[in-house]
Amino acid sequence: MKKLFLLILTFCFSLTGFAQEKGSVLIKDGTLITIANGNMSNTDLLIEDGLITEIGEDISAPRGVETVDASGKYVMPGIIDAHSHIAGVDINEWTNPVTAEVSMEESINPNDINIYWALAGGVTSIHLMHGSANVIGGQNETLKLRYGSGMNEMRFEGAPRTIKFALGENPTRVHGQGFDVQPRTRMGVEQVIRDHFDASIDYQRNRQEYLDAKQAYEDGTRSTPPVPVAKNERLEVLVDILEGEVLVHTHSYRADEITMLMRVFNDYGIEDYTFQHANEAFKVAPELKKNGAYTSVFADWWAYKFEVYYSTAYNASILNANGVKNSINSDSGELIRHLNHEASKAVHYGNTSKQDALKMITINPAAQLGIDEKVGTLEVGKHGDVAIWDGHPLSIYSKTLKTYVDGKKYFDRAEDADDMRLKVDAEQDFEEASGRWYNENGRHSETCLRGAEIRFSKNGMKLQGN
Amino acid sequence: MKDTEIIMTYLKSTIIACLLVLFWGMSAEAQITQKAKIGKFAITNATVHTVTNGVIENGTVLIRGEKIVEVGSDVNIPAEYEQIDASGKYVYPGFFDAGTQLGLQEIGAVAVTNDQAELGDFNPHVRAFTAINPSSVNIPVTRVNGVTHVISMPVSGRLAGKATLIDLYGYSPDSMAVSPNAGLHLNWPTSKKGGWWDDRSDEEVAKEYKEDLKKLNDFISRAQFYDKMMTDFENNPNNKQQPDMDEKMQAMREVVKGEIPVIISVDAKNDILDVIEWTENYPDMQFVLAGVRDGWRVADEIAEAGLPCLVSTLYTPERDYDNYQRPYQNPGKLHAAGVKVAIATGGVENVRNAPYHAGFAASYGLGKKEALKAITINAAEIFGVSDKLGSIEEGKQANLFIADGDPFEPMNHITDVFIRGNKIPMVSRHIQLYQQYLDRGAKTN
Repeated sequence: MKKLFLLILTFCFSLTGFAQEKGSVLIKDGTLITIANGNMSNTDLLIEDGLITEIGEDISAPRGVETVDASGKYVMPGIIDAHSHIAGVDINEWTNPVTAEVSMEESINPNDINIYWALAGGVTSIHLMHGSANVIGGQNETLKLRYGSGMNEMRFEGAPRTIKFALGENPTRVHGQGFDVQPRTRMGVEQVIRDHFDASIDYQRNRQEYLDAKQAYEDGTRSTPPVPVAKNERLEVLVDILEGEVLVHTHSYRADEITMLMRVFNDYGIEDYTFQHANEAFKVAPELKKNGAYTSVFADWWAYKFEVYYSTAYNASILNANGVKNSINSDSGELIRHLNHEASKAVHYGNTSKQDALKMITINPAAQLGIDEKVGTLEVGKHGDVAIWDGHPLSIYSKTLKTYVDGKKYFDRAEDADDMRLKVDAEQDFEEASGRWYNENGRHSETCLRGAEIRFSKNGMKLQGN
Repeated sequence: MKDTEIIMTYLKSTIIACLLVLFWGMSAEAQITQKAKIGKFAITNATVHTVTNGVIENGTVLIRGEKIVEVGSDVNIPAEYEQIDASGKYVYPGFFDAGTQLGLQEIGAVAVTNDQAELGDFNPHVRAFTAINPSSVNIPVTRVNGVTHVISMPVSGRLAGKATLIDLYGYSPDSMAVSPNAGLHLNWPTSKKGGWWDDRSDEEVAKEYKEDLKKLNDFISRAQFYDKMMTDFENNPNNKQQPDMDEKMQAMREVVKGEIPVIISVDAKNDILDVIEWTENYPDMQFVLAGVRDGWRVADEIAEAGLPCLVSTLYTPERDYDNYQRPYQNPGKLHAAGVKVAIATGGVENVRNAPYHAGFAASYGLGKKEALKAITINAAEIFGVSDKLGSIEEGKQANLFIADGDPFEPMNHITDVFIRGNKIPMVSRHIQLYQQYLDRGAKTN
């Protein structure tokens, strides 16, 4: 029995050994876009065992470490996408307006080809989010794009827990319009949140009283057994939010609903949160700044539904100029392939500086996910998550040449084969259609209402993504 | 303070407040009501990308009324011309997106604002031109990015209806239309399954495909017959009985006679090959392919058939096992095989990204020069309007823009846009919201 246990333990270690698979590489003579300390030309970057150990001139490669010539090339931190659904298996637990207990942690497909395609665009980390059908949706999972590893190996070790909230049309359509349960309106959305935070506070007190009383009974200091208060996973997660252990990422569009949620969060003492999409965040940029709220927006998506009709592609620039920490995300298997290009639109629309535009796809999303101590800049001590580009990454003509996660190379343009799938589904129909070339509903794949959308279209009720 | 003083102070501040509100309102109004200007303009000291006659350094473009009257590096500028100094800047022909639903759809998820999908399978008589909303908020947003012309098309059913070619400035569809009927949109019936949710057997799929094709062929046969009957009657009204009027058949006449092309939306390799074979049955008709995502797989066959292609680049690969670059490379590979390609985004509110679709094509094999043609003159040629549009040439319509750099590069900016000689105000909802909210001013709550 003990032997078997040891055998299993060894097996487990060998599995986690894969997770620890880290690489070393010396990237020579590149122009380093450090994000933290400006650009450094003709500079070397040494990654050892997954961490950046040295930045400077004339670094010589330690024994056994490969050297890559990056002269004339740009080296930048891996792009971080604060809103993605690639690599997701199921996206929406749309059965209740509040589903805080569910999580994306067991809903990861490390073999999704979209991961490789994202790596080919210089992306190294994503925030795999639950969908936006519910006011309080499931917990998200921050991933490193270790393509082809395993579900556990995909996780970003040490990343804080995060959860998805959603305001506006999606929850009111799915639940109010679809199921005749609150919320049908933005008024209802606020109360669903308040009701559940209230319930979680009461639950925490009652549960603690019960646990204390039970302990007292077991210790013999209490004569009668207490009436049990059952463990409630959903409310426990809400308690964790109130205690600041879970960062809140809220799908939102309109200025009114953004200010509503800041009011609610102020009432409940919740401090660390990001508004996702936030097409109208620019209207309340000073309020966002005052509350220290973050935003993560599209570069230019708008008009696909009513709540994004009064939008502007200048959103990112306005937020940035008002001092709001903003990132640019994809929420799409297509946009994630060229987030550098999406960031350059912040220069086009409103003249955000190139450095600030680059921050919106590196250190800013890292801060929003609570991983900015580990990634998002090129600095000694940070993870070796970098991409080498053949030109300035904000240029439409620039291409990713190599992408490293933890110093291990996951993409190399020079070794890119036609078919990069790692697992082939024998059931797959090779000639399966992927839809029409034109926008039938103005949106791409991999959007927030995935799952819920299918359910509703089968019932004759059409819902759009996001 | 005495009561009267208080009242006076109150009145004064009220009046000032009223005036402030009034002025603010006027300035906001001024932004919204900026009008286009038409007259005589001289764009000077520019690098002019004519597309058809190379690049002119330190060039001048003279615009009078709707037309370009002179282009060159040694142009005499008459005194009455308003000069626009474009030193360090670049002039390009207005960009042309050869496949959109612009003007037909306002807000995707709001069904009552969607006019691009009529009911029924065979609607050749349905016209995009009829439903173009000249006041669509999407239109100014698009044109300030340098896109001045679009094909806008109905999308539903087998024969979705007539696409229209419009420019993006005007007060009515009539004033915007370059070709009210620019083509007939055909959604090719696919021989592929619709996806994992499609639970038909392979046999059922093949059977339905065959039936769909038969319906299409029968419809065209009827149209050809109708056209013959009508033509006979028109040629000799006294000796023939007048055939009954049929709007659908009437609408097919210009199609079967080859006066306007059939725009065939088709993506999969086998379907493209079927389309090529099918078009050979109709030697009198004109055809253009749209979408063509597997085009690179059968580029030689498409080139041999002489079919132009309307393509984009910013989408995910058609199949999981396709290389990540294929969407970006498709226009370049088609061009290399000898196919004429034009950029078509398929979009509505983000047709403004057409230059970036071209930019990706340029970067992945098509090259800047050909990519520029793909978004200007090629589309004009495909739709038979290259005498008016698509390049900067004397005698052509003044459809052009001035940019501070390569317009495929999103970091650069478009500074001036002319459509049919009209100097367009550089205003859109997006720009107005920017001006209003960049610095909201004193009131912070």
